[in-house]
Amino acid sequence: MTTLVSIRGVAKRYTRGKQTVDVLQALDLDIASGDFLALMGPSGSGKTTLLNLIGGLDKPSAGEIIVDGKRIDQLSSGQLAKWRARHVGFVFQFYNLLPVLSAEANVELPLLLTSLNKAQRKKNVAAALAVVGLSDRATHKPSELSGGQQQRVAIARALVADPTLLVCDEPTGDLDRKTADEILTLLQALNRNHGKTIVMVTHDAKAAEYASHRLDMDKGALVSGVVA
Amino acid sequence: MKFLAQMFKLISINLKSVPARWGATLVIVVGLAGVVGVVTALQSMSTGMVATLRATGSADRAIVLRGGSNSELSSFFTRDQAIVIEQAPGVAKGDDGKPLASGELSLIAERPLRRSNTDSNVSLRGIGPAGFAIRPELQIVEGRSFKPGLQELIVGLKAREQFVGLDIGSAVQIRGSQWTVVGVFASNGDAHESEVLVDIETAQSAFRRNGYSSLLVKLADPSAFQAFKDSLTTDPRLQVDVQNEVEYFSSQSRSFTKTIGVLVSVVGVIMGLGAIFAALNTMYSAVAARTVEIATLRALGFGGGVVIAATVLEAMVLALIGGLIGAVGAYAFFNGYTVSTLGAGFTQVAFSFRVTPTLLINGLVLSLFVGFLGGFFPALRAARMQIAVALRAA
Repeated sequence: MTTLVSIRGVAKRYTRGKQTVDVLQALDLDIASGDFLALMGPSGSGKTTLLNLIGGLDKPSAGEIIVDGKRIDQLSSGQLAKWRARHVGFVFQFYNLLPVLSAEANVELPLLLTSLNKAQRKKNVAAALAVVGLSDRATHKPSELSGGQQQRVAIARALVADPTLLVCDEPTGDLDRKTADEILTLLQALNRNHGKTIVMVTHDAKAAEYASHRLDMDKGALVSGVVA
Repeated sequence: MKFLAQMFKLISINLKSVPARWGATLVIVVGLAGVVGVVTALQSMSTGMVATLRATGSADRAIVLRGGSNSELSSFFTRDQAIVIEQAPGVAKGDDGKPLASGELSLIAERPLRRSNTDSNVSLRGIGPAGFAIRPELQIVEGRSFKPGLQELIVGLKAREQFVGLDIGSAVQIRGSQWTVVGVFASNGDAHESEVLVDIETAQSAFRRNGYSSLLVKLADPSAFQAFKDSLTTDPRLQVDVQNEVEYFSSQSRSFTKTIGVLVSVVGVIMGLGAIFAALNTMYSAVAARTVEIATLRALGFGGGVVIAATVLEAMVLALIGGLIGAVGAYAFFNGYTVSTLGAGFTQVAFSFRVTPTLLINGLVLSLFVGFLGGFFPALRAARMQIAVALRAA
């Protein structure tokens, strides 16, 4: 399999007042195209920071990050925004749906950044909602949906623009076991049946079992890798 | 196009979330309604006063006062001086070949105001037949005109509205003599409608004034004014000020306009600053309440420029709604509302507030300006927030 994400010597340092905190230290990592990678580790281990760097939400203090042949650590904020719109789909722990919009309007948001016309957008939104099994909830507002349904809408939103990479930050952290399993099964299906590359941060060892690879982090470094 | 589509989507999302934060939103709307309402009302008062005084007079008429007099009340001519003035070049002649000139007497009479029942000054003008001939706009609308030699008077429409006891048939006590109201006149809504007119000869006799306060002449042509003025101001027998009638009445409103202008500026700036801070507070709250939403949109790829434009436009839309309410309120409550104030001659000049389209547009522009300033800084904060940090606020 080809390498989709290549991380070399990446460090991330935060400065708060006079204090400097090294969150990530000289990290190297390759993620293959079509992989489903689970990043695990205790709180403060740097896994979410690493996820944000891979997803282009943040920039490293040092090192280089190449995604699908593009070096993203050197992009400006505006360039990164455009790059994210084209290449990354995000799934958040608390779904981050816009409460005033219906499910279909939430899913449509990433398509507003493309050149698709309204009819094409509508078609893609319907397809994405069908993939997550929520065609019959298209016009519902997030407040009218369960937690699991909201996360499915969020996954549809992440998928709808057909991104290169899905970045999931604790996607089941706010769900009960049964619903979490359903969401993880859905992600697994997206990986296996649709070839989506997924990087997922989780605290839950059971959730990590759905991934094809698992990496553990501690104190800003990768400590072990397990093939699921 | 993509930028616009994104921006409109964000504005629609922002506005849809307004019901969830009604209280904060009302601060902008009510604040701007107040600012625009008050500023527009004040300006409409000034506009109404200026319009009334500017509507008074005609370019082909000139008014002559004693040199150094600010108004007719402090001016006086003898009959001999009046004859010299009438004969000056540039004065139009009537059908009878006589100069069209009207020597007039201006006095103050005390009458109680309808509004407060307190005494105020009504302007009393002694006027002859030439005065009517020179002012074709002056028309009797009820009753009849006064008869020379009788102590009769006619009242302007606005004077009748403002003062007690000026209805036709009423007996009016003025400076120790009794006069009867016999008619009501209109004068295109100008300042003369706040006056009471009597026969000049009767007035001179009753009030023991053997002369005139002013002389109004009709010019053969508006361009004859300069020659007329030059001949009088260079005549060693006279010491007079000569003004075009339009200019004279405009100058009467100058200090009032200036005072209102200062008042509008001071009140406008104070209220405007208050509204800007209210808008800032509201929009900072709105941005803070939507930190995660904004960060999510940024994560999805919406640019900082779009976020700034949408936040600023949201504030401007809310401010415009407030401005519209204020402007409509000012129009509904004040347009055509008639009041009176002391004119330059210490007499009551009645005028109506005029909420003109220009004032309404000015009010709306003001609200958009306040909305822009109130939205800009919170928008900047929204666009500059670090996405990764803001997402953790969830």
